[in-house]
Amino acid sequence: MSEPLKRPRFWGSQAASGLALISPTALYAILLLAAPLAATLVYSVMTDGYLTVIPHFQLCNYIGECHSQLADGTMSPDGYLGAWSDPIVRTLMARSLFVSILVTAATVLLAYPVAYFVSFNVAPSKKALWLFMITIPFWTSYVIRVFMWNVMISRTGVINSVLQGLHITSDPLQMSFTIQAMVITLAHAYAPFAILPIFVALEKIDRSLLEAGQDLGETRFTTFLRVTLPLSMTGVIAAVLIVFIPTIGDYVTPNLIGGGKIPMIANMIEKQMLKADNRALGSAIAVSAMLVVGLVSVVFLALNRRYLKGPK
Amino acid sequence: MTSAKPTMIEFKDVHKYYGDYHALRGITATIQAGEFFSLLGPSGCGKTTLLRTIAGFEGISSGVVLIDGKDVAAVPPNQRPTNMVFQSYAIFPHLTVAQNVGFGLRKDPRSAADKARAVDEALAMVGLSGYGARAAHALSGGQRQRVALARALILKPKVLLLDEPLSALDKKLRENMQVELIKLQRQVGITFILVTHDQEEALVMSDRIAVMFEGQIAQLDSPERLYRLPKTRAVANFIGTMNFLSAQILSEAGGMVEVEVQGFGRLQLDAEKQVTGAPTATGATIGFRPETATLLFDGQQATDRETMATVEEVVYYGDMTYYDVLLDGTSAPVRLSMRNVFGRPVLDIGTRTRVGWSPGALVLFR
Repeated sequence: MSEPLKRPRFWGSQAASGLALISPTALYAILLLAAPLAATLVYSVMTDGYLTVIPHFQLCNYIGECHSQLADGTMSPDGYLGAWSDPIVRTLMARSLFVSILVTAATVLLAYPVAYFVSFNVAPSKKALWLFMITIPFWTSYVIRVFMWNVMISRTGVINSVLQGLHITSDPLQMSFTIQAMVITLAHAYAPFAILPIFVALEKIDRSLLEAGQDLGETRFTTFLRVTLPLSMTGVIAAVLIVFIPTIGDYVTPNLIGGGKIPMIANMIEKQMLKADNRALGSAIAVSAMLVVGLVSVVFLALNRRYLKGPK
Repeated sequence: MTSAKPTMIEFKDVHKYYGDYHALRGITATIQAGEFFSLLGPSGCGKTTLLRTIAGFEGISSGVVLIDGKDVAAVPPNQRPTNMVFQSYAIFPHLTVAQNVGFGLRKDPRSAADKARAVDEALAMVGLSGYGARAAHALSGGQRQRVALARALILKPKVLLLDEPLSALDKKLRENMQVELIKLQRQVGITFILVTHDQEEALVMSDRIAVMFEGQIAQLDSPERLYRLPKTRAVANFIGTMNFLSAQILSEAGGMVEVEVQGFGRLQLDAEKQVTGAPTATGATIGFRPETATLLFDGQQATDRETMATVEEVVYYGDMTYYDVLLDGTSAPVRLSMRNVFGRPVLDIGTRTRVGWSPGALVLFR
């Protein structure tokens, strides 16, 4: 009655063409992302040597005290503390978390009204223009944008000159080299990353739902709380992750705005990797930071899981 | 339908402009309490705009809208005694069916258990018992509509507004829902205002219909009167099919109008029951519905008058056959609808036949 089913050959099958399609990207991702990641993981459990990493397994880069191997093959008498044991690393990690949570909160809270305005109050024909204008800060390099804030907030910068020129303050305000300055700078730098996902989520909301909310007795504001906000949470969650994950590892802003006086975890990794040439410890700190970011993100997603289920 | 019923909604010379566009052009009408009222018209006629002025989603440029005797110009939608079933149903996708139905009960002083019971009752009323825990986005179109109905009716509004609620459903489901909506309206007894472009839907469901064209009400009447005595040819054409023959008014006296009708000859018509429209200087028109004239088969006698005709087109529908026939002495064919009785042949194109008709079924448009 029916022909025996032919086993589809791999070549020419849909799976093969799919793999062929993603192969350039996959290759790129494996070479430039997975391989360095694996190398970092491997380095973090090896022994630090003079200008090299010695393939001798140990966990002291994470916990306890480690000793580097010197050029002559003997172990250094001066030990160093592993990433989790070192109070300095713990302090920097905590500070990085604190700063990035502040930055994320500030960025998303400021981005939401902008996204809302563009989605609900801008004529449809002008929305593309507005989005275009929001991305204008991205036309200059990230480093230059961060540095520009220095021009604004330094002791002789624009803000202090204006305040003193108008005789509002007599002495210059100390704004640079503070955590607040870092939060402001980072919040500005990441604003478009937060605005765009929230805008997309707001755009997807059927406007008749808002009328339905009012029809069922809610004011505009309570309709926002009961309908608009929960339906835009997918965008808010995306914005939070997009801002939080890169800011925790940022090391340009602490250098330029913090003046190196308020280092974050990335500055520590940089120092170990390049200046102290302890790639084993640097890798262990990097892996630890990744674990912290991953853990915080998973907890955040778990707390918001009710907004993420079901088709929108 | 009697005038004894109290007025629920009153429009007094309502105008609405969108920039230069004049969307509502002087709407004056009253809708009675407990009435199933329809706003019928082609798309762009302003029927949805008029409905939205009742709900409060559209302001008006001039005029007055009264709901239950109260001017609602300054009343926002959330404080009006109206609830709406949206064309898209506007079911909240992030909530369950029960949360959707209970959405408007937040400020209700009843206990949570009483509210839950009210939600269950509302779901039972629309035939969705046991669906409360389901995710709203997993419902079919027909179920969404029932949820939208329950969500509006649970608040016991004075007026339920329905914006083309059946247009997204397939034909069978739509016909079932029409009957269910009529039953529901009789059961709850509140005023229903339905917006539709489907004349059949309006005829089936409504106590009264306002036919709208270009921002104005062309005619406000019961379905029977709209169908039998439309005020204008536009209304006649929008509601069902009507055949037109040119005519000339010869004389008017004693409540009778004497006309000379192309193909039908000289006739006397009742001025009150058969003449419609405002007098104009130009020629008059006679109209009749396809089912009011009949093809006469061999041996059949005309009940009233008969005229010879030629079959020009035959459209077979199963239970019905539509014939386009050219009456002798006329220039354009008229359409007749014939029920297909067992044993009766379907005529071929070109057949000469007799057409039976009655002067009493004619309408004169002046």
